[in-house]
Amino acid sequence: MHKLTRATLAFNGLGRCLVADKHVSALQIHSRGFVCAQHVDDLGKNEVYDIIISGGGMVGSAMACSLGMDRNLEGKKILLLEAGNKKVMHKVPDTYSTRVSSISPGSATLLTGVGAWEHITKMRCKPYKRMQVWDACSDVLITFDKEDMQDEMAHIVENDVVVAALTKQLDDLSDNVQVKYRSKVVKYSWPMPHQQANAIPWVKVTLASGESVETKLLIGADGPNSMVRQELGIPTVKWNYDQSAVVAVLHLSESQKYLLTLPRPILCALQLSDTESSLVWSTSHQQAQELLELDEESFVDAINSAFWSNENQSELIETAGSLFRSTLSAIMPSAGSPRQLPPSVAGIGPKSRVKFPLGIGHASEYIRHRVALIGDAAHRVHPLAGQGANLGFGDVACLTRILSQAAFDGKDLGAMQHLLEYETERQRHNLPMMAAIDLMKRLYSTNAAPVVLLRTFGLQATNMVPALKEQIMGFASK
Amino acid sequence: TNNISCSVQRLVKGNFSRLPLGTKVCERLVRGFVGRQRSASSWTAVCTQRAVCKQRAVCKQRTQPTVTCHTSARSVDPDELRRFQSLAGKWWDDHGEFAALHALNDLRVPFIRDNLLNVHRTRVPGKPLGGLRILDVGCGGGLLTEPLGRLGANVLGIDPVGDSIGTAKLHSSIDPDLRDRVRYRACTLEELSAEREGGGREEQGAAQFHAVVASEVVEHLADLETFGLCCNHVLKPGGSLFITTINKTNLSYALGIVVAEQLLRIVPSGTHDWEKFISPVELERLLESNGFSVQSVRGMLYNPASGAWSWTDSTAINYALHAVKVRDDPDANQAEGHAEAAHS
Repeated sequence: MHKLTRATLAFNGLGRCLVADKHVSALQIHSRGFVCAQHVDDLGKNEVYDIIISGGGMVGSAMACSLGMDRNLEGKKILLLEAGNKKVMHKVPDTYSTRVSSISPGSATLLTGVGAWEHITKMRCKPYKRMQVWDACSDVLITFDKEDMQDEMAHIVENDVVVAALTKQLDDLSDNVQVKYRSKVVKYSWPMPHQQANAIPWVKVTLASGESVETKLLIGADGPNSMVRQELGIPTVKWNYDQSAVVAVLHLSESQKYLLTLPRPILCALQLSDTESSLVWSTSHQQAQELLELDEESFVDAINSAFWSNENQSELIETAGSLFRSTLSAIMPSAGSPRQLPPSVAGIGPKSRVKFPLGIGHASEYIRHRVALIGDAAHRVHPLAGQGANLGFGDVACLTRILSQAAFDGKDLGAMQHLLEYETERQRHNLPMMAAIDLMKRLYSTNAAPVVLLRTFGLQATNMVPALKEQIMGFASK
Repeated sequence: TNNISCSVQRLVKGNFSRLPLGTKVCERLVRGFVGRQRSASSWTAVCTQRAVCKQRAVCKQRTQPTVTCHTSARSVDPDELRRFQSLAGKWWDDHGEFAALHALNDLRVPFIRDNLLNVHRTRVPGKPLGGLRILDVGCGGGLLTEPLGRLGANVLGIDPVGDSIGTAKLHSSIDPDLRDRVRYRACTLEELSAEREGGGREEQGAAQFHAVVASEVVEHLADLETFGLCCNHVLKPGGSLFITTINKTNLSYALGIVVAEQLLRIVPSGTHDWEKFISPVELERLLESNGFSVQSVRGMLYNPASGAWSWTDSTAINYALHAVKVRDDPDANQAEGHAEAAHS
C-alpha cells in the first residue's frame, strides 16, 4: 500500500465521518480487536446515556478517559462511539508511522492525568528541546530553546501510540465508560430547546447496525469533516490552502537533536529519534502528487535539495539580512543561539509516504443545546506548528473541568449555560493560535522581496530578543 | 382554586374543634382572614393574630409534648395561588418569567449541598447528597427539586398549585435518573405535616426529612408561625432548614419591587408584596422560638445586566438562611447519631 487517500481509508473499514486523518494510519494497526456492539435493553425504549462521545481518535479517547476518571461524574453513563476497530499495540512496531503530533507540556499534563502518558513513554516518544526555523530566501534562522535543558519543550509522539495508550486506559475504566467499536453513526436527531409533549428531549444517535441510543449530552470529536457539525448546520469558516502535505519518515545521515522547520516550500521535520525524522512537506497539490510518485532515491534527492538549496535567495536580501544581523549583534552581542545546519537525508522509511490536503477550519459555534464540539471537529489547523492535537487536548481539559463542576452543582449536563462557558474559554484561546499559524503560513508562502525582508528582519530580531521567544514558547506550550 | 378554598374551609371548621384554648377568639379572626389578601390595612390584625398563635403554641407545648399542626391552611394565600396558576406552564423556560430563579440555582444548590455535606459525613462519589431525604416546600415547577435529585437525594416537592406540580411531574418523568428519586405532591406543608402525624405508626419515623428547603416561599405566606411549626415537625432532629427570601427594607422595596417588577420586569408584576417580606432578624427570632438554631445568613445580589446572582455581605435585599432543628434531648440523640453512623 503506497498511497493512502481518504477513499482507501474508508475501504479499510474505517468510517470516514468519525475518523480524522491524523489519528489513523491503517498501515500500523497491529491487531484488530473485534468488539461486538453491546445489546441495548430492548424494552421499546432506547437506552439513555449521560454523555456520548462520537469519535474515538486521540481527542475523543482522551475525552472519554478524562470523563471516566472524574470523581464528580462517577455513576454517570458514558459511551464512546468509534467507527473503526479497536487499536491495540502489544509491541511497538519497528518502523515509525507517518502521522505524528507534537505534544506540548500542557497536553502531556492532561495525558498524565488520565494515566496514558506512562504508557506512551513506555512505548515510544521523543522529547525535543530546540526548534529552528530557517527562511529559504535568506540565510536567517530563529532558534527556540529552553534555557534549562532539563525541561523538555515538547514531545513528538506517533498518533497511533497515543491512541493505543488511551485505549489501554479505557479498558481499565470499563465500569464508567463503555466503548462501542465498529459503530458508525448514520443519523443524529436533535432535541427541541424547550420540552414538548411526545418529543424526545435527548439527542438520539442512530447507528449503522440499526440500534439507537439517546444521550443528554453529545460530544462531537469526529474530526475535520465532522458529521455532528454538519448535521447541526453550524457555519464554519474554512478554506483549503492550495496545498497538500506529503508525510514521510526520513532516515538521517547524521544524528540530529532538533526539530526543524523550513518555509517555502514549507518543510517541517519532526524528530522521532536521533536518526529518524518525520517530514511534513506542504506544497502545491501538483508537486505533492509528483513527490508521491517519485521513487525513493529521487524523493530523497528532492528533500535534500529542498533543505540545502539556495536558489531562492536574492542578492539584495542577503546583503540586507547580513547588515541587519551585524547591527543587532553590535547592540546585543550576547544574544542569539548557536545554529544547526539542516540535515542531510540518507533514506526514507519503507512505504511511508502519505499525502493529504491541507486547510484551515473553524466552527463559528462550538456548542448547541446538548451538543459540544471538540478537537478537529471544532477547529482545524495547518500542521506546520504541530499544534492541532494540542488545541484538541486543551478542549478536553476545559470541557472536563466544566462538566465536572456542573455535575457537582446538580445541573443538567446538556444545559447551555455551562456549555457557553466552555465555548467562550476555548474560542478565546484557539482563535489567536489559529490566526498566528495561518499568518505564519501566509508569511512564508511567498517569495516577494518586501515580505521576505520583513520576515528576515522579524526573524532576526525575534531571535535576538529572549523575552519575545519565551512568550511564544509559553503560549505554544499551554 | 375551588378545590383548594373548599379544603381550606374544611380544615378551618374541622380542626378547630381539637384546639385546646382560645378557640372562640381564633375562630372569629380566622373567618375574617380566609379570602382576604393581607395588606397594609390588616397589618395590625396580623400582629394580633400572630400574638394569639404564639400564645397558643406556648400553651400547646405546655399541655402536650408533641406539637400538633392542626391549624388551618391559612398560611397559603388564595390570591397568590391564582397568580402562580397562570404562570404554571412557563417554569422551564430559561429565558422567560422565571429566568432569575433558574439563575438562582447557581447559589442555592451549592449552599444547600455544602451545608448538608458539613453535617452528613457519608459521601458517595458522584452523589454528594446520596441517602438524604429532602422536602422542597413551594417547589413550583421543580426548578430546585431536580438539581437536588441529581445530586442523589430523595426529594419530595410540594406546592399548592396543582398545575405547577403537573408541569414538574412531566418534566422530571422523562429523565430516568430523576424518575425514582424525585416525587411531587400537590398539597400544602400543613397538610403534609398533619398527614405524617395522622398516618400509621410505622410511617412516623421513616417519613421525616433530613432537610427542608423553602426557597422564595416565605414572602408569599400569610402565616409564618405555622410554617415554622410545621417545618419543625417534619424535620428529623438535627435536620436542616434552608430558606431564601427577601428582606423588608426600603432598599428591597426600591429594587425588589419598583425596579424588578415595574421597570426591568425581572419578575412578573405583582409577584411580591412588600408587606410580606421579612427581615433576617425577625425570621431568626421566629425560627428560634420554634425550635431552630440559625447557623448562617448570607446576602445575595442579582445583577440584571448579566442575569447572574452572587453572594454579598449585605442582606438588605435577598438573603439565604440555614437553620438546624435543635435536638431535644442531647443524650438520646447522641445515641441516635451513633446508631446512624454505625448503619451508614
